[in-house]
Amino acid sequence: MPRVQLSEVTKYFGEKLVLDQVDLSVDLHEVVCLIGASGSGKSTLLRCINRLVKADYGDIYLDDVPVTDQRFGKVGLHKRIGIVFQSYNLFPHLTVLDNLTLAPRKVHGKSRKDAEASALEQLDRFGMNSFAKAYPEQLSGGQQQRVAFVRALMNKPDVLLLDEVTAALDPELVGDVLGIIKELKAQGMTMVIVTHEMGFARDVADRVCFLEGGRILEEGDPNRMFNDPQHERTQAFLDRIIEAGRL
Amino acid sequence: MTDSQSPQTGSLGGAERRPPPPPPGRSYNWREALAPSLISLISIVVVFGALAWVITSAEQWPRIKLQFFNIDAMIAAFPRVLQGFWINMRIWLIVLVCILVLGIALAVIRSLRAPWFAPFRLMVILYIDLFRGLPALLLVLLFGFGIPALNLPGLPSSSLFWGAVAMMLSYSAYVCEIYRSGIDAVHEGQWAAAKSLGLTEWQTMIYAVLPQAVRNVMPAMMNIVVALQKDVALLSIIGVRDAVREAQIYTASTFNYSSLIVAAGLFLLATIPMARLADYVTRRDRARRLQVGG
Repeated sequence: MPRVQLSEVTKYFGEKLVLDQVDLSVDLHEVVCLIGASGSGKSTLLRCINRLVKADYGDIYLDDVPVTDQRFGKVGLHKRIGIVFQSYNLFPHLTVLDNLTLAPRKVHGKSRKDAEASALEQLDRFGMNSFAKAYPEQLSGGQQQRVAFVRALMNKPDVLLLDEVTAALDPELVGDVLGIIKELKAQGMTMVIVTHEMGFARDVADRVCFLEGGRILEEGDPNRMFNDPQHERTQAFLDRIIEAGRL
Repeated sequence: MTDSQSPQTGSLGGAERRPPPPPPGRSYNWREALAPSLISLISIVVVFGALAWVITSAEQWPRIKLQFFNIDAMIAAFPRVLQGFWINMRIWLIVLVCILVLGIALAVIRSLRAPWFAPFRLMVILYIDLFRGLPALLLVLLFGFGIPALNLPGLPSSSLFWGAVAMMLSYSAYVCEIYRSGIDAVHEGQWAAAKSLGLTEWQTMIYAVLPQAVRNVMPAMMNIVVALQKDVALLSIIGVRDAVREAQIYTASTFNYSSLIVAAGLFLLATIPMARLADYVTRRDRARRLQVGG
């Protein structure tokens, strides 16, 4: 049974077709990387999964239950699907600790004491304990992104969506965040990852999907995808990446 | 003195690279510091002295002095004008608190996107169009004279109260728009992050967006605070005995305008520190942004 399943998902931004009847299914513990040029629709596809973007047509299922189902309510879905963004999107006016406890307290009704205890526990796992009282702008980009991971993991989600999480980082900090993702994979987290880091995608993905023009043109095992792409568009995309020295 | 240490560092051997020592700290040199200040002081004295001499030696000066800067008249008018000014300050503070609260409420209503909010959004838009489009003076006259004349049961009938309400309604429209610009300036990613954590639109507004918006608009809001401080004097038109009114009363009985100068002095005494504070807040805000941006 797939954990996440998308069926014929279509999305328009105004007149522009961004997603064209996309089918995608992600199994339990599977890591799927979405690759493709800017504007290919991969970020939109990712955001359709947790309904940050509402698909115009098509169905999205989490454990065979439509994400629009009343059973999820508004909160349930977000408790089970976490997302980390390219630009961290931490709340700049709140300390790291308050960033982490805001949702548990206000959405899930935990007491401040419980929320802070579990936040500190999570921070400890990521070696960030000493930053609990710091404000996001006092941290480096890599540290902020780590806090964003902790925030997304606070609710112990079943699925984690990563939207170009290394794109805003200085090169020497990228490895740090990629390490976190590998660790999460080792723990069995189901993940859908939009990335420009092809080397990383090959390393960590169980399956790679190449998007162009709002459609998945080709998908498959990462080694097969990168070494022997079948579709000419995939080939052209990978050639451009190699030319840019990023594979 | 500075040279005496260099042979010692040299003797440690060439293998170890050492950065050059920090440049000698600028010790405070009285001659260097004094000369420019002295020159500015002298030039200020000369220029302003010359101006004062030109003005006071004018043929009409004694009449001007008598009319506007009569010390006796100023002393005589001062207690009443000060008493009036105290009323200004109290109205200012009360109206200020009201507009800051009302403005934020209007801005939040205007910014929430839930469809069932539409009628309230529309009401706020109409409110802003109406009260921003009308002169504050007209509103003060309309409310300050008009409503007390109705003798509405259960409502206060003092001109002061209704005049203050008029100021509040007028200024809230501006303050609402300032808050709204601050809300709009909060990055879309903040909404996305809050939503992805399960926060409702209302919770997002209260816990994530509004605190940032208020911080964004602090400099602009300080200007409103200063403007309101002066504009409270509009209430003198409906008979509120504020500083301007008291000064006018004195003028009417003596045909001497020095009392208005006293009132002017009191206003400056209050507004100039506020303006400086506004500048300071703006500067600090910009420094903070630059720091974050870099």
